[in-house]
Amino acid sequence: MSDMTQAAEAAIDTQSQEYLVFSLGSEEYAVDILKVQEIRGYENVTRIANAPDFIKGVTNLRGVIVPIVDLRIKFNLDKVEYEGQTVVIVVNVADRIVGIVVDGVSDVMTLSSDQIKPAPEFGVTLSADFLSGLGSLEDRMLVIVDIEKLLTSEEMALVEQQTK
Amino acid sequence: MDITEFYETFFEEAEELLGDMERHLLELDVDEPDPEQLNAIFRAAHSIKGGAGTFGFSVLQETTHMLENLLDNARQGELKLRTDIVDLFLETKDMLHDQLDAYRNGAEPDPEAYARICQTLKQLALEELGHSVGSDSEADAAPAAGDAGDETSSAQQDAAATPDTEQPVDEAAEDSGWLKVALLNVSDKDRELLVEELGNLGTINEQHGDASRYEVVLESATSRDDIEAVMCFIVEPEQLSITAIPAPGSAETSAAPAADMPEPPAEDTASQPREDKPAEKQPAESAPATPGKAEPANKKPAKKKAGAESATIRVPVEKVDQIINLVGELIITQSMLEQTASELDAVAHGPLVNGMNLLQRNARDLQESVMSIRMVPMDYVFSRFPRLVRDLTGKLGKDIELVTEGQSTELDKSLTERIIDPLTHLVRNSLDHGIEMPDAREAVGKPRTGKLTLSAQHQGGNILIEVKDDGGGLNRDKILAKAAHNGLAVSDSMSDDEVWQLIFAPGFSTADQVSDVSGRGVGMDVVKRNIQAMGGHVEIQSWPGEGTTTRVVLPLTLAILDGMSIKSGQEVFILPLSAVLESLQPSHDDIYSMAGDDKLLKVRDEYLPLIALHDILHIQGAERDPTCCIAVILQAEGRRYALLVDDLVGQQQVVVKNLETNYRKVPGISAATILGDGSVALILDVADVNRLHRQRSSAPKHAENTVSRQEDVVS
Repeated sequence: MSDMTQAAEAAIDTQSQEYLVFSLGSEEYAVDILKVQEIRGYENVTRIANAPDFIKGVTNLRGVIVPIVDLRIKFNLDKVEYEGQTVVIVVNVADRIVGIVVDGVSDVMTLSSDQIKPAPEFGVTLSADFLSGLGSLEDRMLVIVDIEKLLTSEEMALVEQQTK
Repeated sequence: MDITEFYETFFEEAEELLGDMERHLLELDVDEPDPEQLNAIFRAAHSIKGGAGTFGFSVLQETTHMLENLLDNARQGELKLRTDIVDLFLETKDMLHDQLDAYRNGAEPDPEAYARICQTLKQLALEELGHSVGSDSEADAAPAAGDAGDETSSAQQDAAATPDTEQPVDEAAEDSGWLKVALLNVSDKDRELLVEELGNLGTINEQHGDASRYEVVLESATSRDDIEAVMCFIVEPEQLSITAIPAPGSAETSAAPAADMPEPPAEDTASQPREDKPAEKQPAESAPATPGKAEPANKKPAKKKAGAESATIRVPVEKVDQIINLVGELIITQSMLEQTASELDAVAHGPLVNGMNLLQRNARDLQESVMSIRMVPMDYVFSRFPRLVRDLTGKLGKDIELVTEGQSTELDKSLTERIIDPLTHLVRNSLDHGIEMPDAREAVGKPRTGKLTLSAQHQGGNILIEVKDDGGGLNRDKILAKAAHNGLAVSDSMSDDEVWQLIFAPGFSTADQVSDVSGRGVGMDVVKRNIQAMGGHVEIQSWPGEGTTTRVVLPLTLAILDGMSIKSGQEVFILPLSAVLESLQPSHDDIYSMAGDDKLLKVRDEYLPLIALHDILHIQGAERDPTCCIAVILQAEGRRYALLVDDLVGQQQVVVKNLETNYRKVPGISAATILGDGSVALILDVADVNRLHRQRSSAPKHAENTVSRQEDVVS
């Protein structure tokens, strides 16, 4: 239904981009869909000792060892549960493959540039540096995450920092 | 077509040829050179020259050209080989290698080095062939006659070689520009071709004669030798006589006496790149005119190469690695399937079970064959040592025989490349410090010739490389004194093994004098570090007066690891089997505590630090009572310790997967692997676990640190 109109809009508005929308608790987030490689269930994660708690460990993605990050822990969400709905979005950023655990993936949306508002300069757990903006969609607000910046940042401890 | 695409192939090929050349040169018996070997050396030089010419690497081409001429003289028995001549050839080979590297890096080779080597080679030619160089005609006849008298095969090659070999500048002939070319006993058909060919080279002013002697007077700017070179495609050198004659009307030049033969004196061949251009071109032009003979001559070497190519193929390492990875996946999938199949009723699903067994066998075979692609014989490493030993013995004035054993032992390619430097260092050490001077050896009743043995053998999943000398052995007192001087903690009661380990300390050298071979004290620590980085270790055994043996133990490959899977809590880890000495269940009586938290385990009169894996890696739900655990005795970096784990699961080969590709380095973990059920297991870094433990125990209390260090020394 609305997908059709959105697709049509996308064709007209070259500024618009497609986003994968996922939920963390009751909040909705979006990431650039071009960074997403696949979506899979959460299973079989091997814990890594002495790693930050939001790094759940590593898993085997068809022979490739991929770290799994739980954004719910990173964003200090109250309820962190692993059940059937829990999915892992496998993203490809900065030549690395990383899996992020989210509560669910809702849909793929096209947002035009005028639908994206700049992110306000606040945020304690999630610095505005890691946001591309806020997407407003009628009564919904999508937090658009710059997943590449976030995952390669020092505080995520996923990447060996060169400067150290 | 972009010729630069073929550069890499040429570089690789040239490198191999240089390697062959060196090997043959080293094996060459100076007094009675094997003609086959001389031919092989000559061929190598010739092939490089050909390639270098094609790609326009003029300096490389020039240098090989000179070398080739000398080699040719040696091959003909003209040049009497001596050790110093072989040394010079080897030096030239090194120079060629440098030039090759320069070209490879897109630079021009060092012109000074080039000029120097030219000078040296010329000098050699002058000294050794001096009498022949003086008067052209007589001397040149000899090698050419030899040429023709050679077996047909090499004669044919010579024919191919000759055209671009000849680029001399004969001043006399050049000056006059007039030549009388006499064709002796040439058939009518060939004569026509020859005359036509001469017509291409210059102006034919006069021609007459019969089949037995046909004379052509030619006015040409082309040098006599070049003309000979072209003619040699069609006729034998003996059938040709070229005389420089004064040009009519011009003053008589100092015409050289009749040079009958094409073989140029070696000293003449240091021609400039510019001058050899026409020489390069002419044979090419003449080729169509003389297809009958020129082609078979060219074909011979080409055919040989084709044969070699079909025997081996060059494949980028990444491709092989990719196959290895895929096969690793296949093995994992196969074991997953097997696990599922094993739960089925074997009777009801007989065909499936059979199929699974077949699949397992095939998958294992496939894995083995794929792994063997990466394996190269140790010969690849050992082959560079004869040269090193030869050079060093000369420099040190020692007399040393090198013996290599187990050259065919195979090792992963990536490891062979990394083992070369450490081994070179060990060999240098043995040569310099280990083996005594001949007189000193005689004085203690040993043969004057020292013996250095390099050997390699498989030992389980490891390769054992030994560097063994029959020299004086390590001097225990000297090492201890030096260690004390350097501020290392030592005592006289240390065991020999511990004393020998001291020489791996940074900055350690007991050499009385620093030579330019070794003795600066940098090195042994680097050797040790490099070998450890490859997952191996190094040991020294030494007997006073009898020699020293350095043993390097390396895993066969880095891609697959023989592992022991262990369990702590619910987590499975892999320990490299090479580090595991034994495992046992500790009893209460054997566990001693020290300085509060530290625990020691007594194993057969040895006190080992007891490290609980669950402590280091913060594993929940692990067994806390040491007596209910299994203690795995591990050895890493020369230290032993006991690691407490909950359970031993089994032994298996695992495919090593890099953690850092998508994640980062994890302390205490060297890599990861995928288990049969598809889950990831981490491979423990045995040395790093020990380090983590020490950091943890030393960080809060510094006093404890010193205690444990003393403990280290005493134990």
